[in-house]
Amino acid sequence: MNAIWILTKKEIKSYFDSLIAYILLILFLGFSGFFTWLYGNDIFLVGQASLNVFFSWSFWTLFFFIPGITMRTVAEEMHSGTIEILSTKAISNMQIISAKFLAAWMLVLIALLLTLPYYITVSRLGDVDHGAIIGGYLGLLLISGTYISIGIFASSISRNQIVAFLLTLFIALFFQLIFDLIARNMTGGMAAFFNFISLNSHFGSISRGVIDFRDIFYFFSMIFSGLLLANFMLSKKSLID
Amino acid sequence: MIHKNSFNKKNDLKHHNFCTVKMFYSLYLRINCWRRLHLFNSLTKSPKLPIFANRKIYSMEINIENLTKIYREQKAINAISFQLNSGEVLGFLGPNGAGKSTTMKIISCFMAPSSGNVTVDGKSIFDDPEAFKLKIGYLPENNPLYLDMYIHDYLAFIAALQKVPKDKTIARISEIIEYVGLGDEQHKKIGELSKGYKQRVGLAQALIHDPEVLILDEPTSGLDPNQIVEIRELIKNLGKEKTILLSTHILQEVEATCDRIIIINKGKIVADSTPAALHQQAQSGSLIRLQLESKQTVDQVSMILKEIPSIIDLSVLDDQKLLYQIQSSDAYSSKKALFDLCVKQGWYMLEMKESETKLEDIFRKLTASN
Repeated sequence: MNAIWILTKKEIKSYFDSLIAYILLILFLGFSGFFTWLYGNDIFLVGQASLNVFFSWSFWTLFFFIPGITMRTVAEEMHSGTIEILSTKAISNMQIISAKFLAAWMLVLIALLLTLPYYITVSRLGDVDHGAIIGGYLGLLLISGTYISIGIFASSISRNQIVAFLLTLFIALFFQLIFDLIARNMTGGMAAFFNFISLNSHFGSISRGVIDFRDIFYFFSMIFSGLLLANFMLSKKSLID
Repeated sequence: MIHKNSFNKKNDLKHHNFCTVKMFYSLYLRINCWRRLHLFNSLTKSPKLPIFANRKIYSMEINIENLTKIYREQKAINAISFQLNSGEVLGFLGPNGAGKSTTMKIISCFMAPSSGNVTVDGKSIFDDPEAFKLKIGYLPENNPLYLDMYIHDYLAFIAALQKVPKDKTIARISEIIEYVGLGDEQHKKIGELSKGYKQRVGLAQALIHDPEVLILDEPTSGLDPNQIVEIRELIKNLGKEKTILLSTHILQEVEATCDRIIIINKGKIVADSTPAALHQQAQSGSLIRLQLESKQTVDQVSMILKEIPSIIDLSVLDDQKLLYQIQSSDAYSSKKALFDLCVKQGWYMLEMKESETKLEDIFRKLTASN
């Protein structure tokens, strides 16, 4: 555990030492703020004291920004060879992967914490459903975790960061959209199956404030399988080349 | 005139912007400088530990047993076995692609072997790699580093991973920085360093937790001659206290630093002995270069020379200058006999030099593809 935390601290520091963290925070806050408060289907148009608009926009902005954070995690270490430094220290591959996951997740958590003024503003505008908002934030955090673990897995496949970025988007798109579309065009068992593996339905129910064991189970199994696959790829890499 | 004015205005604006940027930048520099200075003060104030305090007597022998590594149906190393005894400096020699790095990567737990084992005190290192990694310091080939980290931050990070006690970390880092000779450059980012200094950072990270065994993969590759000498000196000093496995394809390096040499070719060990023994092995006889001045002809001189019993073979390099290359079974007695002969015959000896068989020749002989 200690080794994970040491590497996590180093990773977070390197996000803030480079421009990645700042660009991500500014873009995320800019996009979500713009579409939540200023443009189109915004809160004032909806006229309800809820953050649903923000949550549905964040659902997409995070989808695009997280691959940008995760693409370098393992790929860069492979490319520069520093993975050899890391894995010959007293830290296991699974710990390396977990630390990188935690660091990226904390960066997203910071981004989400910076949107707390939205919550305060909305709660002053009218009666808000606090449960739904807490659920919404929890949901965003969980889908971020899912994207991050997919991203780290993609990053462990290729040394090339661009490939890792596109691969993350490609894999995540299935869970984000395609499985949902398939489920809508099917009936019976298949529809239920695709509905279950799609992120959309789970995020939908959590952001309504309904915290169901099945949803939590879904997100955590997605996260763990992503990390296990990444660990598998990383260990296999050091076996082969 | 108007043009000029507008131009000036534009320039002023630019200048103004530039000034703001400059102001912020200088502020940033000042803060950074202050931070570094603060760190520096805390370093210099901390009590200095003697380097490698509380040395234990290590007795760790690493057994490499039948190590084989197969990359895509090609055997990178093929059933390599040897023992790394504690306290020795073992040079791992071989042409590029012979399997030196692969062996070192396996010993440092970066790779798993296809078959075979590495054991310490009868226990396989792959059963508990995390514990074993604490005992070794590894400098990978090409010395990969996090270029955007500061030297101090990087070493602190590695020290934390390698479980150096927190209260000793700062003292240990400043000690190791002095030891590898990074003193003047210590407040820089790693990316700003020259190659020789980067190599020192690589050595520092391998040494930070005071490991029993050092595994150095081509520690001097790509350095200039001065840097090579400096790094070699460092390794030599380290060799007094630690077990070192060092790979290289530079022969002078092993001659200068190693107690024992293993030559590896195409994944197999072709020689395992000391530098001196290898010399002996190659010298089935020594070569003597001889130049004489005599009134006799070349043929006559040759006839007389051949009568010395220890001389096996004789070749004339230049018959005008009477320059010979003499192969003899025993250099000492041949030289003495030659000298006596010159006195007896009234010849002048202009040159007599014994040319040593170099490690290069042994190396080439052993690793030549045939």
